[in-house]
Amino acid sequence: MKRLLWPAVVLALLLVLNVFFTPSFFSIEVKDGHLYGSLIDILRFGAPLILVSLGMTLVIATGGIDLSVGSVVAISGALACLQISEDASVFTAVALALGLCLVLGAWNGFLVAGIGIQPIIATLILMVAGRGLAQLITDGQIITVNSPAYKVIGGGYWLTVPFGILIVIGVLAISAFLTRRLALGMLIESVGSNAEASRLAGIRARGIIIMVYAFAALCAGVAGLMISSNVSSADGNNAGLWIELDAILAVVIGGTSLAGGRFSLSGTVLGALIIQTLTTTIYSIGVPPETTLLFKALVVTAVCLIQSPSFRAKVFRGRGRAKPSSAAPEQKVKVTA
Amino acid sequence: MTTLTVGRASVPAKYLPVLVTGCLFVAMFVAGGIRYEGFASGQVILNVFIDNAFLLVVAVGMTFVILTGGIDLSVGSVVALSTMIAASLMEGPGWPPYLVVPLVLAIGSGLGLVMGYIVHAFDIQPFIVTLAGMFLARGLCYTIGTDSIPIQDPTFTAFAQTRIDLFGDLWISPSVVIAVVVVLVAVYVLHYTRFGRSVYATGGSEQSALLMGLPVGRTKITVYTVSGFCSALGGVLLSFYMLSGYGLHAVGMELDAIAAVVIGGTLLTGGSGFLLGTVLGVLVLGLIQTIISFEGTLSSWWTKIFIGMLLFVFILLQRLFSARSRR
Repeated sequence: MKRLLWPAVVLALLLVLNVFFTPSFFSIEVKDGHLYGSLIDILRFGAPLILVSLGMTLVIATGGIDLSVGSVVAISGALACLQISEDASVFTAVALALGLCLVLGAWNGFLVAGIGIQPIIATLILMVAGRGLAQLITDGQIITVNSPAYKVIGGGYWLTVPFGILIVIGVLAISAFLTRRLALGMLIESVGSNAEASRLAGIRARGIIIMVYAFAALCAGVAGLMISSNVSSADGNNAGLWIELDAILAVVIGGTSLAGGRFSLSGTVLGALIIQTLTTTIYSIGVPPETTLLFKALVVTAVCLIQSPSFRAKVFRGRGRAKPSSAAPEQKVKVTA
Repeated sequence: MTTLTVGRASVPAKYLPVLVTGCLFVAMFVAGGIRYEGFASGQVILNVFIDNAFLLVVAVGMTFVILTGGIDLSVGSVVALSTMIAASLMEGPGWPPYLVVPLVLAIGSGLGLVMGYIVHAFDIQPFIVTLAGMFLARGLCYTIGTDSIPIQDPTFTAFAQTRIDLFGDLWISPSVVIAVVVVLVAVYVLHYTRFGRSVYATGGSEQSALLMGLPVGRTKITVYTVSGFCSALGGVLLSFYMLSGYGLHAVGMELDAIAAVVIGGTLLTGGSGFLLGTVLGVLVLGLIQTIISFEGTLSSWWTKIFIGMLLFVFILLQRLFSARSRR
């Protein structure tokens, strides 16, 4: 896959950069029957972002966008922790939280497909109200729970592998199977490139759109469970704050166009890993906290520039030989719409 | 062109979303007036302007960008960066405001110019370029300082506290005058100049605009510069309002600005919408805030839920009315 080449190169570069600062960066060892190592940490802490980005990928593939995932992350963590603190079983708590997330996602999908509101506004409603809902559930407090079973979701291990990573692999496998082995992926892409035309072609565009929003919310819900279980508490105010931006960034770095119509799940995973590696790198090479965002901005810009074919054309041609005078940007006519 | 017949007058379909928004705004104001005592006064409307002058200016810039089919996520952090630069230069080296303000405006425009150039020259999606711009500007804020810097410059504070009395007991702040001037200039530019035409044409169909020989590249770069300028000006107005510079000012303002533009009936796909709609969109958001403050006893989370609900009801009604009359 040529599309994945540049994200993979960037990820490799970032990883190699880390080795200069922490020589033991690539070492993975087994302690007490658990896998340990920086790479495992990147996967483990990146798991929620990967999940949210997977859901976001399908939404973006239909030409939409989901700003509400951050709030859904907070809501799912809050509801699960509230249930557990009221002595419900972990299974009930998780099921209730994920059920609520499905409802919220279907609501988003209904606003977009049923009423026809522009996705960015339709999900903005839940982004604003959902943050309030999460605080309402936690009553504005931080709910702390003490449940070993719940702790497993975000902080536990199974067969030496962190449980979060297994969840991600599971969700990734299911969504890859559904979208790439069945016709679903093609239907999603066709709705994304032209919803009206695919409706006329006999595709139930509305159902598909509602489904992808519900899926995105479900992924966000699982991510919310992971985040809150990892710290054994729910913070309605700050959990998943701005995760929607990171997720969208991951999707786009992975080569999915925001215009919709095509998507790449593996690209998204790479994109999310790049962002998580970047965060880890920032800590490990000791960038002062005030300049973290600056560093992130520079890397994001660099990644996007490297991926842009016209940037590569200009830079590499300019280095090879003298720039032909006809390469003025104004005269460049794009053939693709 | 399809037209809608209302009584005897007929309204072109393109004005419909703006019209619906306007009617709903009036309905909301009347409903507020019935429910709350002291709500239905001219000063309440003027206060909405006073409290949202900076958002209005930022949303004007956003309208330009969205009309070309782009989006600018950096506006909130450019606003914060502007307050930060203004405050730190006036407090630290003690620069006079007439030097600081042009400098801030130049920096904002410069950032917009760079983002516009990257969007155009390297074909990168505006969402991502401006997201990087958002990180960059917010990061620059924290590099300048992590604390809130108060502004004590006498000229600056005097201007900020000026009240312009209108007839009766009504008054406005100078920021409102600046915002209104910005709106009027922007309306003129969008509807009566060659550049304005290019903005609509680029948003309608970039390729057609290109084939028609319109300067698409220049237009795209210019709208981001305009948006950067408007954000910087919005930052100056916000520092009048807050009298401080802080890296956490205007967090999430980009979403308010986008919401205002979209509520005003502009399509995110570009090419269709009006500046007047954006003004109404800002007023609707401001009125929602006013209703919340009149409601008084809401806790901070009920406020958020209430804002979401009002936004939903508003958009639903707007959607229903526009959809029904289009048939």
